[in-house]
Amino acid sequence: MIPELGHYALVLALFVALVQSVPPLVGAATRNGAWMNVAVPAAIAQMLLVLIAYGALTWAHVVSDFSVLNVVQNSHSAKPMLYKVSGVWGNHEGSMMLWIVMLTIFGAAVALFGRNLPPTLKARVLAVQGLIGVGFLLFILITSNPFIRVVPAPLDGNDLNPLLQDPGLAFHPPFLYAGYVGFSMAFSFAVAALIEGRVDPAWARWVRPWTLAAWSTLTMGIAMGSWWAYYELGWGGWWYWDPVENASFMPWLAGTALLHSAIVVEKRDALKSWTILLAIVTFSLSLMGTFLVRSGILTSVHAFAVDPRRGIFILVLLAVATGGSLLLYSLRAPTLKAGGLFAPISREGALVLNNLLLSTATATVFIGTLYPLFLDIMKLGKVSVGAPFFNATFVPVAIPMVIAMVVGPYLSWKRADLGAALSRLWVAGVAVVAAVAVTAYVKAGGGPLLALVGIGLAAWAFVGSLVEFADRIALFRTSFRNSWNRAVHLPRSAWGMTIAHACLGLSILGMTGTSAWQTESISAMKPGDRANVAGYEFQFDSVGLVDGPNFKAERGIFTVTKDGQRVATLEPERRSYSTTRMTTTESAIHTTVFSDLYVALGDPTQNGTAWIVRIYHHPLVPWIWFGGVGMMLGGLVSLTDRRFRIGAPERRRAAGKTGGKSAPLPAE
Amino acid sequence: MKRLLLAVLLALSAPAAIPALAVQPDEVLPDPALESRARAISQELRCLVCQNQSIDDSNAPLARDLRLLVRDRLKAGDSDDKVMEFVTDRYGDYVLLRPPFKATTLVLWIGPFAVLLLGAAGTFLFLRGRRGVAAGADTAPLSADERRRLDALLRKDD
Amino acid sequence: MRRLLYLLPFLLFIGVGVAFYLGFERDPRDIPSALIDKPAPTFDLPAVPGQMAQGQPATGGLSSAKLAGDVTLVNVFASWCIPCKAEHPVITRLSREQGVTVYGINYKDKPEDALTWLSRNGNPYAAIGADQDGRVSIDWGVYGVPESYLIDRKGRIRFKHVGPLTPQVVEEQILPMVKHLRQG
Repeated sequence: MIPELGHYALVLALFVALVQSVPPLVGAATRNGAWMNVAVPAAIAQMLLVLIAYGALTWAHVVSDFSVLNVVQNSHSAKPMLYKVSGVWGNHEGSMMLWIVMLTIFGAAVALFGRNLPPTLKARVLAVQGLIGVGFLLFILITSNPFIRVVPAPLDGNDLNPLLQDPGLAFHPPFLYAGYVGFSMAFSFAVAALIEGRVDPAWARWVRPWTLAAWSTLTMGIAMGSWWAYYELGWGGWWYWDPVENASFMPWLAGTALLHSAIVVEKRDALKSWTILLAIVTFSLSLMGTFLVRSGILTSVHAFAVDPRRGIFILVLLAVATGGSLLLYSLRAPTLKAGGLFAPISREGALVLNNLLLSTATATVFIGTLYPLFLDIMKLGKVSVGAPFFNATFVPVAIPMVIAMVVGPYLSWKRADLGAALSRLWVAGVAVVAAVAVTAYVKAGGGPLLALVGIGLAAWAFVGSLVEFADRIALFRTSFRNSWNRAVHLPRSAWGMTIAHACLGLSILGMTGTSAWQTESISAMKPGDRANVAGYEFQFDSVGLVDGPNFKAERGIFTVTKDGQRVATLEPERRSYSTTRMTTTESAIHTTVFSDLYVALGDPTQNGTAWIVRIYHHPLVPWIWFGGVGMMLGGLVSLTDRRFRIGAPERRRAAGKTGGKSAPLPAE
Repeated sequence: MKRLLLAVLLALSAPAAIPALAVQPDEVLPDPALESRARAISQELRCLVCQNQSIDDSNAPLARDLRLLVRDRLKAGDSDDKVMEFVTDRYGDYVLLRPPFKATTLVLWIGPFAVLLLGAAGTFLFLRGRRGVAAGADTAPLSADERRRLDALLRKDD
Repeated sequence: MRRLLYLLPFLLFIGVGVAFYLGFERDPRDIPSALIDKPAPTFDLPAVPGQMAQGQPATGGLSSAKLAGDVTLVNVFASWCIPCKAEHPVITRLSREQGVTVYGINYKDKPEDALTWLSRNGNPYAAIGADQDGRVSIDWGVYGVPESYLIDRKGRIRFKHVGPLTPQVVEEQILPMVKHLRQG
């Protein structure tokens, strides 16, 4: 009964989504307030209906209702509760449900909080959101209905892929989808602005918080996915340049560009048509990711079960959404008025450079990911494009990007003095030289040249960003109290930028460290054996059998010592899931702040007395994810900037634009 | 039949990766320099039966055979290039995860740089154009007609 | 001109969309052989240990020398390979009724399993070489069993089929090719 209720709610949501789109569009065109206003209750109703449907599906999973096909295929009565809940989105149908949940939540948020949006813009934004909803609800109902029943109901389910039964991966999709779908807001605002034929700083101020929110969650989603790969796949790789990873990375790169170009629109009323284009492209790349993962046209280790019908449907959605909006763009964008002027050496100029490099990076990943497909359909042969290609092409674009990232914030708007900016960065320059010198000394020769470049770059990004912040609050140039006051009154967006930029430096540090200096030991070990890795001694004490809720595991016990001092006990597992007959490795990781000790228990050797044990020392690797989380926090801090809050534009004008003692603002 | 089999296999393995417990202890060469060369080469070679994994990441039997082959060639004294050539002679350029630069990969290799150059040129023209607009607004001389109308307006004010 | 610039993203997208659509038609797992029109690799494989030929233990296995002279089909198979069993009747017919000499490379098989498999399903092969470590198969560019190669009279590889042979592949591709190569 409850699954039928969910199915019914989903069908109803489809009609509500139609109501959310068509009348408001007509109303906005004819200036009919009543028709426009339909969008608000419709958006809220659509969200509630979709939540009911999602709740019904979750219920079916939680109570293990094996008369529902989706539950049979992806769940098992003995599965832990956490994975019963996360299993809802751990499959194609459920993941699309999560997608639409996110979409409608964003839509309802505009309906509820967008009170000061111009009525026509608001109606159109909600209408476009509604149209996206129509497309995806149709997709779910026609090709991917999660509420299909099976008769007779089997006694138990097939269980969820054990690799997905993991806390890291359990929460990876919600973040990822919130990011993907969050960019639909920027898209809807862009399309609405094109229909209106007007883009101004206020528009950018409305778009930026949504973009920031989407960017932050996508950053987190990607970081979690990479972290999961790191500990679950058994050898510590954290990025494979796999097509599916690239599919999530492209919207991130384009979204990062959008985030920055929107600043120029907001502050200087320039780069308007470019920003609109980026908003369309970013969401289109999110849609493309959804398409690539589910169509099977690219080979990837992560792809969902392939069904060409679904692929065709998403392709049609992509064609309508992207093709339609780009066509509209080609008609309307030329009529947008150009805004503020600026010299090449200026903050705007730096942001243009940022956009140029980020767009190139996006194009690089795009070309590399799709090139095998392009070549094949032109019957020019087969080609493989893998990690070595991306490392060779992406890194050269990323390096100038990071260098420019630090200089940009020093430049003033309109016209700036590059020499003066660089001279204020001498501290960061010293930090780079010191970091490279220390690395070269400690690592006796320094390892590959690229590693030294990476270390220098990390130091530049981290120190340079902090120095800029110190400069803003006049640290050491005035009393500490005064600096503190300045810091407190700095806009949150300035805080956010510093945090995000500095944390990118930390991530680069981690990536460099583990890529250049990881050490490993792969050997067959018997209990009692020892192995030496990077100055740590790993003693293999024993192997015991452990019973999990839906698996049996061999658990190895390793005692790690350094110079005779006990460091940690590591307990890696090799799990066998009975229902799916799959084996997973649960590596054990001990994190010191500066490195990870990583042990994975492999297969037993043929005579059964020894196990293949992989031991790794990954220097600096945790910083990849510290940096990732930091970047997300930077985005969230920016999001709390008061000018993004409801009604803020007017009040801000009243408060004046000084960062110091301004008029008191109402607490929110 | 093959497609069906693949579909079944895919359905079973979807939607996630297989743990990549690739390199086995008995494969590792005693000479660390040779071994690190072997690892570097393995990372450049695609595992043909897998999906976009290198033979260094894959636990497929064929990947293991190729890893052993690479190590045998290295032990026999082949240079890295020779080893790569040995493998591409048998499996074609398709096994190279970093495709060689040739006619069919021209767009792949040139593409990113072309985007950068075109983007840079576009940006340059955009910035120069904008400066032109700025300069024009400031200093464009009045046409004869505009001069006359301005004079007329000024006279009327007097 | 300026208008055209704004149309560019749309045009690019159309191209990508068409590529995606055409992408459904193709199989990304179908890999071309690097050895087409090249001489077959030089090799010398022993017979499957224990294999009998005309009541005697088979002396020779399969070597490249045997391939020259006539148009032949080299089939890579294994007893553990399920699709191999599916194609076995097709191969048997090709060898016994359609007059094509078929050689077998027994890929990474246990000898006793291979012999049982052959005695149960019949042995259509003129000679079989046992490739226990798979090295020779790598020389052939094998990446999945079964695979079949058509060799011309000069010992060059002219055609490769990955996956089980079907009557359709035999009728439409292999037999016409054999006829053509015999004439040439």
